[in-house]
Amino acid sequence: MNGKPLVSIVSAGLSKFGKHEGLYAREIFSFAVKEAFDRCPKLDPKRDIKAMFIGHMGEAYEHQGHMGAAVADWAGLAGIPATRTEAACASSGAALRSGIYAVLSGLADTVIVGGVEKMTHRTTAEVTEYLAMASDYPFEQFHGITFPGLFALMATAHMNDYGTTQEQMAKVAVKNHYHASLNPKAHLQKEITVDTVLSSKVVAWPLKLYDCSLITDGASCIIMTKPELASKFTDAPVHIIGSGQASDTIGLYERTSLTSLNSAKLAAKTAYEMAALKPSDINVAEVHDCFTFVEIMSYEDLGFCPVGKGGKLIESGETRLGGRLPVNTSGGLKAKGHPVGATGTAQAYEIYLQLTGQADKRQVKDAKVGLTHNVGGSGATATVHVYRSDHA
Amino acid sequence: MNTQAPFTIEQFYKFLTQAKLMAGKCLKCGKTHLPPRPLCDRCFGQEFEWVEISGKGHLLTYTVIHVAPLQFQALAPYAVGIVQLENQLKIPGMITGIPQEQLKIGRELTIDFAACAAGQTWPQWQRYCFKPT
Repeated sequence: MNGKPLVSIVSAGLSKFGKHEGLYAREIFSFAVKEAFDRCPKLDPKRDIKAMFIGHMGEAYEHQGHMGAAVADWAGLAGIPATRTEAACASSGAALRSGIYAVLSGLADTVIVGGVEKMTHRTTAEVTEYLAMASDYPFEQFHGITFPGLFALMATAHMNDYGTTQEQMAKVAVKNHYHASLNPKAHLQKEITVDTVLSSKVVAWPLKLYDCSLITDGASCIIMTKPELASKFTDAPVHIIGSGQASDTIGLYERTSLTSLNSAKLAAKTAYEMAALKPSDINVAEVHDCFTFVEIMSYEDLGFCPVGKGGKLIESGETRLGGRLPVNTSGGLKAKGHPVGATGTAQAYEIYLQLTGQADKRQVKDAKVGLTHNVGGSGATATVHVYRSDHA
Repeated sequence: MNTQAPFTIEQFYKFLTQAKLMAGKCLKCGKTHLPPRPLCDRCFGQEFEWVEISGKGHLLTYTVIHVAPLQFQALAPYAVGIVQLENQLKIPGMITGIPQEQLKIGRELTIDFAACAAGQTWPQWQRYCFKPT
């Protein structure tokens, strides 16, 4: 492959992230899809789009399964093959990957991939329980281990092995809330301080409320086509030049390492090799900060810094807007919000904006190469994608 | 030892009611699985023997859960951890009888087969936990 485009993104859409009271997931998705259609006037959705893949994690939220067809219907696309992909918080990372399979197979020239989740109408206890379903039942959920609990287990081990601190984790939250303050679609658009995080109530020690991503409603989508067809639809495509997806044991306790995600390292290795790029070539990245600690761990898994130095990297300010490698310019899962099924393609949406110069107040100057990192469960799934734009 | 018992998670929990921590050892490649599995993930073997594992180990990592699912709310805050047993085997579980400030990676723990309290309808397994050695 060696850096050749696998597929080309010709449009993208994102609903407002936040509380959408009185709306169903499929209705929220219609806002994302409308933006993507409007952004690409040369595309005739009913004529050109040949397949849909939709990331969606939980039937429990709305008592609604079969989301592929439901969402295609409400997007005005009934008739095309529409399939739901589920890989917990990486559900739409998996949808993106599935779209790439479809285009490269030759079965569909142009596809729409996306994701949606409607969560805020449920209580925190219910959401905690639904999210935990993505972890191992008989040895994790059954013993009262929650989702924050699993990442807290990794954070404790990382603190012990590398001296990572709660202050460093808090700095991830401060940075991502700052970025979200520049993103009108983010759930929380207010800045916070290190003290806001440290003084917030404990969820699963050492993780506190402000270390956690938000319970959010939202939807996202990307329209992709064969690279040779991209110019039919747009003058400014963004190419996906690397795609990696990997899995790991469902139980955290069976893994060799408690301080890194092997799935993310494998997915990153595949994606970098396909793209013929190194971590230092990345200009802007969206990583899976479901908890602040996970952003620190992702710096290491993605090769942005040496193993054990993630805490130092956040302290350096290099991953803040204006730094060498801005991370989570959208505000990330932490502050933009984490409507679970929508997250993977929402990350791709942000990179699409960045690489086409449409990121407004949070634009990374001269960004040409981007990366997304989407983690499912406690890391039993990870997807990593590398993006490049050729236009000035 | 009942060699006819199926190498399943269900059977693992049944052995707990006899105060036994049992793993499945693959007869083909020798890998020990905790929990047992009906298909060896290393060599795809399907024949195993039961081996009893010592309930003594040390704490690899831990957390204290404050925001709990509905079923566990009455217990919160509670500590859970991953315990390193013999033969590179690890299992997670609740840790009882240790104040949070005394939880420490490396601390020696022993399995406690007594059921921890938490009401549930399915599955009706006995829930082990870990206590100080």
